[in-house]
Amino acid sequence: MTHSTTTAASRGGDTGTAVQVKGPKGPSRGPASGGKRAAWLLAAVVVLAILAGASLAIGARGIPLGTVWEALTSFDPANGDHAVVHARIPRTVLGLLAGGALGLAGAAMQGVARNPLADPGIMGVNAGAALAVVTGIYVFGVATFSGYIWFAFIGAAVAAVVVYLIASLGRDGATPVKLALAGAALSAGLYSLMNVILVSSQDTLDRFRFWQVGGVAGRDWSVVLPGIPFLAVGAVIVLLTGRILNSLALGDDIARGLGQRVGLTRAVTALGIVLLCGTATALAGPIAFVGLVVPHAVRFLTGPDYRWILPFSLVAAPVLLLAADIIGRVVLLPGEVPAGIMTALVGAPVFVWLIRRGKGAGL
Amino acid sequence: MTLAPVMEQRRGRLSLNRTAVLAAGVVILFAVYVLLGSYTVTIPDFFRILAAHLTGGEKIPGASFIVMENKLPRAVIGTMIGLAFGLAGALFQTMLRNPLASPDVIGISYGASAAAVIAIVIFGASGAVVSGAALAGALAVAGLIYAISAGGALRGTSRGSAAGNRLVLAGVGIAAALHAVVNFLMTRADIRTAADALVWLNGSLNSANWDRAGVLFFALVVLIPAVAVIAGPLRILELGDDAAAGLGVRVNASRLALVIIAVTLAAVATAAAGPVAFVAFLAGPIARRFTGKASLPASALVGALIVLAADYFAANLAPLLLDGTVLPVGVITGALGAPFLLWLLVTANRKDA
Amino acid sequence: MAVLNAKDLTLKYDQRCVVDGLSVEIPEGKVTMIVGANACGKSTLLRGLSRLLKPASGAVTLDGKDIHSRPARELARILGLLPQHPTAPDGITVRDLVGRGRYPHQGFFRSWSDKDDAAVQRALEATETLALAERDVDELSGGQRQRVWIAMALAQETDVLLLDEPTTYLDLAHQVEVLDLVTDLNRKRGTTVAIVLHDLNLAARYADNVIAMKAGAVVAVGNPREVVTESLVRSVFNLDSRVIPDPVSGTPLIIPIGRHHVPTELELVS
Repeated sequence: MTHSTTTAASRGGDTGTAVQVKGPKGPSRGPASGGKRAAWLLAAVVVLAILAGASLAIGARGIPLGTVWEALTSFDPANGDHAVVHARIPRTVLGLLAGGALGLAGAAMQGVARNPLADPGIMGVNAGAALAVVTGIYVFGVATFSGYIWFAFIGAAVAAVVVYLIASLGRDGATPVKLALAGAALSAGLYSLMNVILVSSQDTLDRFRFWQVGGVAGRDWSVVLPGIPFLAVGAVIVLLTGRILNSLALGDDIARGLGQRVGLTRAVTALGIVLLCGTATALAGPIAFVGLVVPHAVRFLTGPDYRWILPFSLVAAPVLLLAADIIGRVVLLPGEVPAGIMTALVGAPVFVWLIRRGKGAGL
Repeated sequence: MTLAPVMEQRRGRLSLNRTAVLAAGVVILFAVYVLLGSYTVTIPDFFRILAAHLTGGEKIPGASFIVMENKLPRAVIGTMIGLAFGLAGALFQTMLRNPLASPDVIGISYGASAAAVIAIVIFGASGAVVSGAALAGALAVAGLIYAISAGGALRGTSRGSAAGNRLVLAGVGIAAALHAVVNFLMTRADIRTAADALVWLNGSLNSANWDRAGVLFFALVVLIPAVAVIAGPLRILELGDDAAAGLGVRVNASRLALVIIAVTLAAVATAAAGPVAFVAFLAGPIARRFTGKASLPASALVGALIVLAADYFAANLAPLLLDGTVLPVGVITGALGAPFLLWLLVTANRKDA
Repeated sequence: MAVLNAKDLTLKYDQRCVVDGLSVEIPEGKVTMIVGANACGKSTLLRGLSRLLKPASGAVTLDGKDIHSRPARELARILGLLPQHPTAPDGITVRDLVGRGRYPHQGFFRSWSDKDDAAVQRALEATETLALAERDVDELSGGQRQRVWIAMALAQETDVLLLDEPTTYLDLAHQVEVLDLVTDLNRKRGTTVAIVLHDLNLAARYADNVIAMKAGAVVAVGNPREVVTESLVRSVFNLDSRVIPDPVSGTPLIIPIGRHHVPTELELVS
């Protein structure tokens, strides 16, 4: 700290001494540079591969990695260990797919809605899926996961479209606040309708509560395979929107000034989001926090550039989901804690921490 | 005297008239609820029953029981929780300048019901213990939310809305986490317990009794005057934290008091009847539409109207449609509240267009 | 004789020091303008003077008594503030908003008296917003809204009034109107006024006393004719200029010298 005498002398009265003001403290925080970001992305992919392997190995019946490799390369149907590994493959694949879809959809959602709180759940996706599944159980007697997925998907899609339409009424289109309000309203209403059925029919409740909890267990290829085309299309659409989301982040007016057709691009992105998120919810039930927390977390590495946030979210989210699933297998033996719970238990403190920091969340 | 002050008085009087209309509405609805429905009672009979109960005279078989043990306590508790939820919602929405920031959205009501479900499923509790757990749950969640968002609220240039956003975010996050926990517990319980828990997740007047009514009454006797006291500083806080401080309001202390009062209102109401969805969320906006200005008494009355009307429907009309299942009031308020909110949204949007 | 006084005042946001060890007086009964470049700490100083920001060290005193030791409402009867971004609640009328300025004068039971009515009426008349009294504040233009906020500050009827950039978003006519209004207040009622203003010329014209700040410290204090000089403008704003007497008011008029639209010989002056 240095002292210096008054520069412009005052002639009228007394002045305070001019004192050097301390500058802002702390190192300047910024995202990693382009090369570093690529390196981190690669690291994340490696971590994901390791987790996938762990997912095949860990569980109520632990299987050594060597055996896992054998099971994958030279499968022996008579070997009990190999069978377990094979049973875990669709589960792991689902974790990768659903996780990636949720992360991608969540990041895109935050960009489209310009709202750090945005989660595909606010677009009514989870509520629509839930009501449709309950209806499927009650009216059509559906009882298998592969049966649920079609209802869930249609319910999710219809709800999201309705929310979007309602929010876009009025002069300024689907603004973030209107999306949130419309989504909250529709969700609450749909959940209430769902409760009408659940309260009236215990059997329905009995079957539904297991879907409602969200997770990757108990689902085999008949569940996973039908979802893949939808996920692929949705992922392609969303991954291409990086530039668009960057412009939208500056505000509708500026985006238009930069030549973007705001209404159209928002609608197309929303389509991609619904495909991803509706399918993920259809396959794995409603899983909270992944779409909300992961995009925030990756911002520390990527900064606000959506061209990086999207691929990072695509890789980081399955890391979270698989980790949650793996931990859930071992933490409450002999039972399992579904991944949906673990993501909430892990996600909530992270979320809280993000709020406290205030930065990455854009608050 | 110029015309202006006269017009201002007239406008104030108009709003007062509308509030009086709401109050009258509550009284009428209360009467309808107790006297009509699937079991009707004539007015003279009603007074006879009441007199008999108070003086120990002869009761009317059947009717006495239904009125005194079922309809009347339900109506009384329904009115009180409506008042409480309506006030809690209006207080939160005004203080945070955000219509989304109502205790049912930001997880406080859900905290209460989650605690109740935990008590039911893990500890096998029932009755008063569950209510107590609900109360504790709501307060705990509120405390947690406040602690999480408190850092922001004390910032120098807080524009109120930034601090409010943190609060909403924290609340939504906690609600989601609790949601997951509750869903999990629902899978671990046997189906009967799960069905019981489901009722608690929805808000219901089915277990209304005079003990609960009494507790709720005493809570409101304390809380409602507290609201009257804090209403003054609230009106000034609406102008922004800086302007309010400039006008001599102790901003942090007032905010804290507001939060505590609003949360306790929501908590006692939830403890009495579960988280009746949407009442807190909608009462304020509806009252504002009706009376033309934001008004705490009107919000309270609208809350009571919503609950009474919804429960009347749930208890008397819904069974006709659904083969005799009596629905919990929370399901009705949710199912009817959502289209109503959407309508509010749509008409508000049209105004902009 | 100073009314509002800051002594060795240090103000921080989080750990960042914005104002460090500053001492300044706001002289009684005069119009003081606080000027400086963006982010020099002038708004922060005002917030510190008005009790919005607690000093990390040092003290702000009003008539000798520390402002933080007084009850908030009592202080609000003497010291009023119009902050930079006031928010009006939805659907509030002008009269209602101005009426809220009476809060510090109302007792615990907030009874509304004739005195309050009269104060609101005076405030509306002084700001020429009486015709708007029944309208919703949301419907007004930026200029009208600002006048209504000033009316609210006037209704507070304080001895000292602090205004943080009250002329932002106003066109020139309205800027002058607001400053004339504040001057009326000072001349007729003797209200001490301190204003943070970004327009140096208007500040020089309307001020009895100018406080120039740079990087959280006071660089110059005094009568505008003595303080506002070319060298001050250079050191505070990093801008070359010519300062001439304003042909209308005689106060210093700063004529900025940029890179364009200057005759070549002036480019040598730097």
